[in-house]
Amino acid sequence: MNGKTILAIAGFIATIAALAFVPFVVGPYGVTLMIGMLGYVVLATAWALFSGPTRYVSLATVAFFGVGAYTVAVFSESIPYPLLLLVAAGIGLGVALVVGIATLRLAGVYFVIFTFGLAELIRQLVTWYEVNVTGTLGRYIFLPITPEGIYWQLLALAAITFAIAWWIGRSRIGLALRVIGDDEVVAVHCGINITGVKLALFGLSCTIITLVGAIQAPRWTYVEPSIAFNPTISFLTLIMALLGGAHRLTGPLLGAVPLFLMFEWLSANFPNHYSIFLGLIFIAIVFVLPRGVLAFIEERWTLWRRNEPVSGRTADE
Amino acid sequence: MLVTALLSGLVLGGTYALVAMGLTLQYGIARIMNLAYGEMIISAAFLAYVIYTGYGINPVLGLLITIPAGFAFGYVIYGVMMKPLVARARDKASLEIDSILATFGLLFVIQGVLLVTFGANFTSYNYLNVAVELFGTNVAANRLLALVLALTVGGALYLLLTRTLWGTALRAVAVSPASAPLVGIDVNKAARYAFAIGGGLAAAGGVVISMYQTFTATSGVVFTMKALIVVIMGGVGNVVGALSAGLILGVVETFVATYVDPGLTLAATYGIFLAVLLWRPSGLFGRRAG
Repeated sequence: MNGKTILAIAGFIATIAALAFVPFVVGPYGVTLMIGMLGYVVLATAWALFSGPTRYVSLATVAFFGVGAYTVAVFSESIPYPLLLLVAAGIGLGVALVVGIATLRLAGVYFVIFTFGLAELIRQLVTWYEVNVTGTLGRYIFLPITPEGIYWQLLALAAITFAIAWWIGRSRIGLALRVIGDDEVVAVHCGINITGVKLALFGLSCTIITLVGAIQAPRWTYVEPSIAFNPTISFLTLIMALLGGAHRLTGPLLGAVPLFLMFEWLSANFPNHYSIFLGLIFIAIVFVLPRGVLAFIEERWTLWRRNEPVSGRTADE
Repeated sequence: MLVTALLSGLVLGGTYALVAMGLTLQYGIARIMNLAYGEMIISAAFLAYVIYTGYGINPVLGLLITIPAGFAFGYVIYGVMMKPLVARARDKASLEIDSILATFGLLFVIQGVLLVTFGANFTSYNYLNVAVELFGTNVAANRLLALVLALTVGGALYLLLTRTLWGTALRAVAVSPASAPLVGIDVNKAARYAFAIGGGLAAAGGVVISMYQTFTATSGVVFTMKALIVVIMGGVGNVVGALSAGLILGVVETFVATYVDPGLTLAATYGIFLAVLLWRPSGLFGRRAG
């Protein structure tokens, strides 16, 4: 470990510690805003964990988010709280492994198609189960958890997610992922078990997403399938990760913060039109910043640095 | 009961086949994975609703307006949105990702416009809702008309693709976009027309759906999903495959809805999709991938 790394780790710990004190400074509205923002930061980072390096675009974020939220709603009275999160994570991981085993052996487009309808499938299955087996649609969650408690749990999850993403970026499995993203044939010839690596990362990413849903569930008090499986969540996560740049550790964070604030503003001021604006912004990002803001700035920076001495020399001559 | 289920399954399947044929052209020839396809279908359904309830033009005659509108929309979208993506794509995989992302954005734009214009309510209209006796059971005339329309449009497309020089050129692009220019085919133009024809078929499908189903501004996703599954089942770019796979999917769904539970139709769709992925990912009618 060199000095720069130690400095980065110290900075990270200091940031997390500082963020932990935020609820004492801002009011109840601030805490609510921070919960939403942190939730999306974790979602986008977890999404980029798998989809960034492998370029397998997952459109199923809300499927796992909803599984987490609904698991908490169903078992909130029968299972004590910390265990509840473990159960939710386990169910999310199970679903991810089934989806992954079916699709990750094949070309990326099958995976995209499968994840595209997954949220709708799970929503219909949950609705069917609730209507036919339990006879109720919609559940109340009464858990003694304060908004501050939710905030701290999300902060811890965010810290863990960043640590995992940082570790993966410098480990053998991270290297394997990048090779897979560049060229799967090369990856196979290097002796990488490509299905295994993809499956492991997809499972990890989905487990984190499920936990975000589970932790945020007590905020709603009332949950029904159409609330828990709202497709806007998948969409927002995707835009945030892409705006910042899905290949970098801090890219999703840089995308999530401004877009979340803008989304809050849009949905407050244009409640009927915000999906049109979001769609247009998203299309613009795909066209103008295909690899994210960070990569764009870096490219400009190197271009500028390369041009600088050249123009200087011509001035001398 | 069995005959009724089979007939309504064929009606549904005919509709799926019709919309899937458009998607298989867009994906197979233009190489654009269009996730906003279902929104194009639903837009056409709303258009048919407006011209029937607002102007009293019946939906079949209205096809003369809706199909060209769908074609024009596809033509413009390809020129404005897809062509720059095709131009900058390094290979097939990066075009796939770019087109998936761009059309995912388009999905939300179209859906937002529909929600603002028509609201989130279930919409439907009454057209030819009279019973017709067929094989000893009663079928609504509009459903029968839907099946006939789906088969007519599908058959016409099949003849167009297999019997004309122009259709042969389109199929050549589907097989090998790199070699097609060597025999004097303008790949760019072929892709643009394939995408536009896909838009026209989506519009035809939307009109057919609006004749016998209720629809909402947000139901496009499910149609995209089912069309995609039919395309994979039939083999990408394979029109006859899409026709057969669409009919199979419609019949299976109707049987599940009739004999098991109507709430499980999407689960049945996914079950078929899973089986195809595990067993023959290149499609039931396609060649086995090496």
